[in-house]
Amino acid sequence: MSDTSRIPAQPFKDKNFSLSYHRHMTRARALEERLIKMMRSGDGYFWIGGPGEEAFAVALGLQVRKGEGPAFDYLHLHYRSNPVVLTMGAAMIDFIRQMKSTATDPFSGGRNFVAHICKREWNIVPVTSTIETQFAVAPGTAMAQRRARLKGLPHGVTVVIGGDAGTAEGDFATGLIWATRPGFELPMLFIATNNKYGISTPAETQHGEKNIADRARAFGMPAQVVDGNSPEKIWSALETAFDTIRSTGKPYFLEVMVSRLHGHSSSSGAARTLDEPCCIDLFEKKLLKSGWISEEEIESVKQLAHQEAQEAHERVKTEPYPEGSTFQDHSFAGGVRGGVPGRDF
Amino acid sequence: MANMAQAVRMALHYGEKHLGVSDIFGEDVGAPLGGVFTCTQGLKTTWNSPLDERGIIGAAIGLALAGQKAVAEIQFCDYIFNTIDLLKLAGNNNWASNGQYPLNITVMTPAGAGIHGSLYHSHSFDAWASRLAGWKVVMPSTPRDAYGLMLAAIEEPNPVLVMIPKALMRVKGEELIPGEPSDEKELKERIDAPLGEARKGWEPRWPELEFVPTPIGKARIVREGRAATVVTYGRHVFIAEKVANMLAAEGLGDVEVIDLRTIYPYDWAAISQSIQKTGRVLFLNEDTEITNFGEHLLRRTIEEHYYQLRARPRLLAGAHVPGIGLAPPLEEASVPQEHDVERELRALLSELT
Repeated sequence: MSDTSRIPAQPFKDKNFSLSYHRHMTRARALEERLIKMMRSGDGYFWIGGPGEEAFAVALGLQVRKGEGPAFDYLHLHYRSNPVVLTMGAAMIDFIRQMKSTATDPFSGGRNFVAHICKREWNIVPVTSTIETQFAVAPGTAMAQRRARLKGLPHGVTVVIGGDAGTAEGDFATGLIWATRPGFELPMLFIATNNKYGISTPAETQHGEKNIADRARAFGMPAQVVDGNSPEKIWSALETAFDTIRSTGKPYFLEVMVSRLHGHSSSSGAARTLDEPCCIDLFEKKLLKSGWISEEEIESVKQLAHQEAQEAHERVKTEPYPEGSTFQDHSFAGGVRGGVPGRDF
Repeated sequence: MANMAQAVRMALHYGEKHLGVSDIFGEDVGAPLGGVFTCTQGLKTTWNSPLDERGIIGAAIGLALAGQKAVAEIQFCDYIFNTIDLLKLAGNNNWASNGQYPLNITVMTPAGAGIHGSLYHSHSFDAWASRLAGWKVVMPSTPRDAYGLMLAAIEEPNPVLVMIPKALMRVKGEELIPGEPSDEKELKERIDAPLGEARKGWEPRWPELEFVPTPIGKARIVREGRAATVVTYGRHVFIAEKVANMLAAEGLGDVEVIDLRTIYPYDWAAISQSIQKTGRVLFLNEDTEITNFGEHLLRRTIEEHYYQLRARPRLLAGAHVPGIGLAPPLEEASVPQEHDVERELRALLSELT
């Protein structure tokens, strides 16, 4: 279960909670910066991730009910969701392992790109590189949760996340349609993180709709556009969304306005963008103003996070790739190895 | 004897009653229609989906991720093409997660020509399906195998695509499904939904069926012979058998006919043994001929049995055309007909070694 019960009623009026939130954000950023560094130094082939989304991601990571099976929340994440899963409590080293495609990578065993997380014990289903397909898949897990709800069993919410550009795919519409079939509405939290770009293409050159959230409203879904750079605003929006879904069993839509601080991926260089607001900087200014933290303490939180990432990286450097001979493993469950019948098995 | 649609229906009934099938869904799969081919009439867990094939495959994946046992239908395989990347995802889910998320999914879809289906009710999908690594792919030719392969698919911890030959949906079997009433009329009365007003409130009276799966990956020798081998599946099993009987009656020798039943993982042992025995082989199917599944089998035949062949091995498949025309002469020119099989087999048998 999540530890939301231990979260104060007005969390951002609580010093300890606020400082802990800041540490989560800082660790998530340090992880992404380490991953980018790894890519540049040849310790990984490709980087993609979510620096700039920490204010939102930490809120989601703390509010989600983690566990396995329909009694808990299902997470259909995308490739900017490292900060969510780190906040949920995954070990920092595990993301670094996936970056370096080592055999020890617990998400994919060295098979998939970084940020392609899968963690069955927390209902994190495989992140895919195919854009928006998660919106076609997510209704399925929500149906199982709806079924549990109708039987009076414990039931979670299905969370599905994608970017703004991906909402142009038909699978986005599929998700909205399947979540709102009259009489069969599904307990789903739809999240579109809007960073206003699809790789290099500005959304405003491709999308005529004012807000993505308006498309959800057309299906009768409550929908909000939220400032994803504000921990307070996104925390409260997520809380309202989860409460509504958990009490009604029906879907809810959040369009979260976020920054993209290192571009799309390593394919565009992953250089730091300076013309978008940084949610960590903004939050630190507030914390400084309230007197809950000093510049020195902020520096020490950062140093600690970077040190953790660096130590994890050093350790991962010694870990091997998977053996080539394992390439067919798990093609199938239940014994058939895969490949050519009569030759490979 | 049950026809194939009734056999599929009985397997699904067995599945939802005894094997934990939780959802049988697709376009028009639920009441009142029970499927355009009636394969899903009278079942408990059926429901109608939006007209959205991507949504159907996506929901099947999601249900399986959450431990449900889903059987999804794509109404005609002609409409499965826009789901290909979701099928690929279903196939790579367990591999990509390093074994964390096997997917127990059955997708069934009517395939092939032979029903005057024009461009978009005549497609085959076997060649395409053979490229979907991570899927098991089967195609029954008899109601008994349709029943058995559906049961096997439901029990299989991996995604299974069951292609049901459109042209055989109404063809009755020659073998009783264990538990099936021997009187056809009785079966019909018990499990076929009545037409019109009588359908309201109708409940099927299912026979007590048995769990007799047809193993995935095992071919069936339809007809034994030493003169040549035909490797086929689906409706061409009957065409091959008929031609083989005719040629035997002429004294041209006994042609062995293999009903592959499984496209992947195909029964290479059965094919290989037969080729070693006959030295002559024809691969026969109706998907288009360029990059056809039969070409893969030809390649293996050449690589592994080159020196045992007594005649050049052959493939008879559908023509590489953009569509199958509605007018009968157009369809007949596009997919292998009885006379095409006869021509190929005569040539194969008469080729001197």
